Amino acid sequence: MIPATFEYVRARSVREAISLLQQHGGRAKLLAGGHSLLPLMKLRLSQPEMLIDLGPVDELRGIREEGGSLVIGALTTHDEVANSPLVRERVPLLAECASQIGDVQVRNRGTIGGNLAHADPAADYPAAALALEAQLECEGPAGSRTVPASQWFVDLLTTALGPDEVLCRVRVPVQTKGQGWSYIKLPHPASGYSLLGVACLVTVDGGVCRDARVAVTGAGPKAVRLTKVEQALVGKRLEEATVAEAARLASDGLEASDDLYASAEYKRHLAVVYTKRALLRAAERAAG
Amino acid sequence: MAVTQVFGARVRRREDPRLIRGTATYTDDVTLPGLCYAAFVRSPHAHARIRRVDTSRARSAPGVLGVFTIQDLEGKVNPIPCGWQVPNCDLKTPPHPPLARDKVRFVGDAVAVVVAESRAQAYDAAALVDVEYEVLPAVVDMEAALQSTTLVHEDVPHNRVLLWSVKGGDFGAAAREPGVRVVRQRLVNQRLIPNAMETRAVTAQYNPGTGELTLWVTSQNPHIARVILSGVLSFPEHKLRVIAPEVGGGFGSKIPVYPEEAVVAHLATRLARPVKWAETRRENYLATIHGRDHITDAEMAVRPDGTVVGLRVRTLANFGAYLSTAAPAIPTILYGLVLSGPYRIPNIECEVTGVFTNTTPTDAYRGAGRPEATYVLERMMDLAARELGLDPAEIRRRNLIPKDQFPYTVATGITYDSGDYARALDRALEILDYPKVRAEQAAARQQGRYLGVGLSTYVEICGAGPSKVVGSTGFAGGLWESAVVRFSPTGKVTVFTGTSPHGQGEETTFAQIVSHELGVPLDDVEVLHGDTDSILMGWGTYGSRTTPVGGTAVYLAAQKVKEKAKRIAAHQLEVSADDLVFENGRFHVRGAPDRGMTIQEVALQAYLAWNLPEGMEPGLEGQANWDPSNFVFPFGTHACVVEVDPETGQVRILRYVAVDDCGRVINPLIVDGQVHGGIAQGVAQALWEGARYDPAGNLLTGSMAEYAVPKASWLPRLECDRTETPTPVNPLGVKGVGETGTIAATPCVVNAVMDALSPLGIRHLDMPLWPERVWRAIRQAKGGAA
Repeated sequence: MIPATFEYVRARSVREAISLLQQHGGRAKLLAGGHSLLPLMKLRLSQPEMLIDLGPVDELRGIREEGGSLVIGALTTHDEVANSPLVRERVPLLAECASQIGDVQVRNRGTIGGNLAHADPAADYPAAALALEAQLECEGPAGSRTVPASQWFVDLLTTALGPDEVLCRVRVPVQTKGQGWSYIKLPHPASGYSLLGVACLVTVDGGVCRDARVAVTGAGPKAVRLTKVEQALVGKRLEEATVAEAARLASDGLEASDDLYASAEYKRHLAVVYTKRALLRAAERAAG
Repeated sequence: MAVTQVFGARVRRREDPRLIRGTATYTDDVTLPGLCYAAFVRSPHAHARIRRVDTSRARSAPGVLGVFTIQDLEGKVNPIPCGWQVPNCDLKTPPHPPLARDKVRFVGDAVAVVVAESRAQAYDAAALVDVEYEVLPAVVDMEAALQSTTLVHEDVPHNRVLLWSVKGGDFGAAAREPGVRVVRQRLVNQRLIPNAMETRAVTAQYNPGTGELTLWVTSQNPHIARVILSGVLSFPEHKLRVIAPEVGGGFGSKIPVYPEEAVVAHLATRLARPVKWAETRRENYLATIHGRDHITDAEMAVRPDGTVVGLRVRTLANFGAYLSTAAPAIPTILYGLVLSGPYRIPNIECEVTGVFTNTTPTDAYRGAGRPEATYVLERMMDLAARELGLDPAEIRRRNLIPKDQFPYTVATGITYDSGDYARALDRALEILDYPKVRAEQAAARQQGRYLGVGLSTYVEICGAGPSKVVGSTGFAGGLWESAVVRFSPTGKVTVFTGTSPHGQGEETTFAQIVSHELGVPLDDVEVLHGDTDSILMGWGTYGSRTTPVGGTAVYLAAQKVKEKAKRIAAHQLEVSADDLVFENGRFHVRGAPDRGMTIQEVALQAYLAWNLPEGMEPGLEGQANWDPSNFVFPFGTHACVVEVDPETGQVRILRYVAVDDCGRVINPLIVDGQVHGGIAQGVAQALWEGARYDPAGNLLTGSMAEYAVPKASWLPRLECDRTETPTPVNPLGVKGVGETGTIAATPCVVNAVMDALSPLGIRHLDMPLWPERVWRAIRQAKGGAA
């Protein structure tokens, strides 16, 4: 609970943060809200020699609409996302997800960029990012690049972010009319992380599902899309029996791990139940 | 506010502004010139022989003032004694050295201590102490420990700490009575981690000039700490001052005297510099006591009409690796003797086997033995009701001790003071609208929804006394309480209490008692506690004793003040004391209200001493020591409604009703607060909390990220109500209320969940009722795999 010694630097720009990362290599860590990093440091599970605080970097803040997407600065807190009128109107799935992260204190400090860069296997945002097909904009020494969410989550606590790159913005396509959405989770009773969480976004036209995106977090090493469930829904009316049958495919091949509160078997079962419930709610919203 | 309304008024806690604004001074806030910091090196193994401790690297680390092992403490810090050596149970008391000697016995056992100029330096250097361990097999499971050849303490065979029993009547004969059915169940009461908001801390300062040693410590009982530490440190008690400043909760975990406190005190004298140690939350989980941890086989003998004729209980109680200060009493006296609850049960037998394991020591945790007993009793009542096809409310009603039977002596030998148990049950059922809730449950079942109703009727035993009786149970102290009520010349009042409240609000309630008795404004009364230099003697705050025992001492001290003040007033008004009336803080001559003196005017006269009755000493204060004639016995009924999600096993509490009776109520707001907090902790045991070890003795729930402390948002609005049955044990008529919620809530919720699952034929599930456990039971009941 007392971290090891470290240096602390405040970066004033993304450029400066990148240059500091280049200078210090793997020994430095970026600090955003600190809600994933600091607990690990206090347990001395993480002992970076330098923390580069992104706090003063204003270019990493703010939410704006641009070309059919919301562009959300990496330092935007969970609370800002959950309560932003723009997010609630344009990407209500993301707001619904953000509002269920941790508790008030966590939402006031934790950031969307920190969350997605840390890639905790039980974090909530990854499921929403996958279902929304978000784009993650990074900057590094070689310039900027955009990584689709589907390629972002590599493995347990591992992302496509390079060692000297900064995740700067998350670009989320706005939801359209006829789309229904839902994020629901069973929170871990101690940590508040997802024992299992499901995000879904369905596009319904003429009563028929044209597109379905379902993503699950908490079960295994990283959040994943449930493509078999999605395929089983396209072209169908989202009636309870259809949804329930498709949801049964949620556990099919789903990688899941045992932990103290929930076995892999139970998590796979929850994936089915929560997928069904999330889809029914989304279908209800799509209808109306 | 009119004086007559102070007692019983919803006065806001005067403690809260400073607690909420961060202006309170806790032990870790105490700063002193030259302060240095201690950090303990703790064992990562549950059981290991210490081959070698190499402190050389740590000694040369920056800022380090010293590194110490048990060898450095020999002859200077004695083993930590056990303060409650229960007789007639073959109690084993292996020594508890202040730092591990030869072997470590649980993960977190302290092996060495580092002192450095800063806290960070101390922790950095602690990581450099190189301990070579020979890892031994660990005993973690109680039943395995009793059979194991691996011994936690070599001189304690079978790891058996004690074998205690109580027998009232003849269970066997009752069970053989024609028509009587015996209901049996194994019940696990899981281990809990107390989680006081403030972790433990100690700051020690030695003054070489005066030879005085001052300790600021997170204690619920600073005077007990002083007595024990003077022995452990061989330090003269009158030169040792113990201060419990603001203490951020305890729940029992700050009753014991711990090794760290003795070691830090010693280091302050040894280094001649003030030393501070403040526990991290991780250390708190490992090195501060845990609670509960019983496995019980219970049998209840019951007639077809629901009359309970016998209860037989065999319990294994986990003591962890060492005997903590009060540990032997918790699963014995405070458990076995309470097993009759609010019922007339003529035949009760209880046998308790205490077990050493390679786990964190256990001791008193909110309720301490009484929640465990109530859980057994209330689960068995429900199981008996189900066996007989009786309504759970009805079987309880048939067995409650009637109100005209008090004082009532139960089969285990204790005598209850007062009660009207049926009234509390009726009131709870009325608030719940029991028939309507049952009808809703039936309707919900038709729709495939699983609603359950749970009840818990309980008696608490608290405010222990008299000292003679408690002493006969092996308690190495008294359980009376002291108070001084002192006027200052300007008419303000200071109250000194030997209790040591740390969140219970007695700074407010005791001021209410004094304000009511002496007719002074509430804000003119200051309540001081927690300092052995300013308070004669005291036994602390635990066991819901503070108000019934400590509050009574305050009341009696106020009476003495009033008596003396009356004599002074009579003298100055030149009338007989019998002709004076005391009203709203003023003495006046009967029939002549204009001729009088306020008590403040009397106080000034008492200090001026210009005109006092012949032979009277100057000053105006009263001192009282109150040793109660008996315990007090609060009681009540809790009821709740839950819904179980059959697809996921999740439990949701829809309603929670609590009807408690703690005798006369001094401050309803504070009583409600105590009940609310207690219910939260009790519900948490039923649904969420539970410490887990792996087979090697590693604590798997080692932080708040794994151990589920309850959140306010998980609870429904609590529907609290009271009945009021005064106790004859003390003149205030008050009983304790600090633990009732924890005692009642746990079985109430489990009973409700089992009631919800009853259509599936599910009879019992052990706590915590985590969703997966419930889901598996449902799946198995429906014919699937377990």
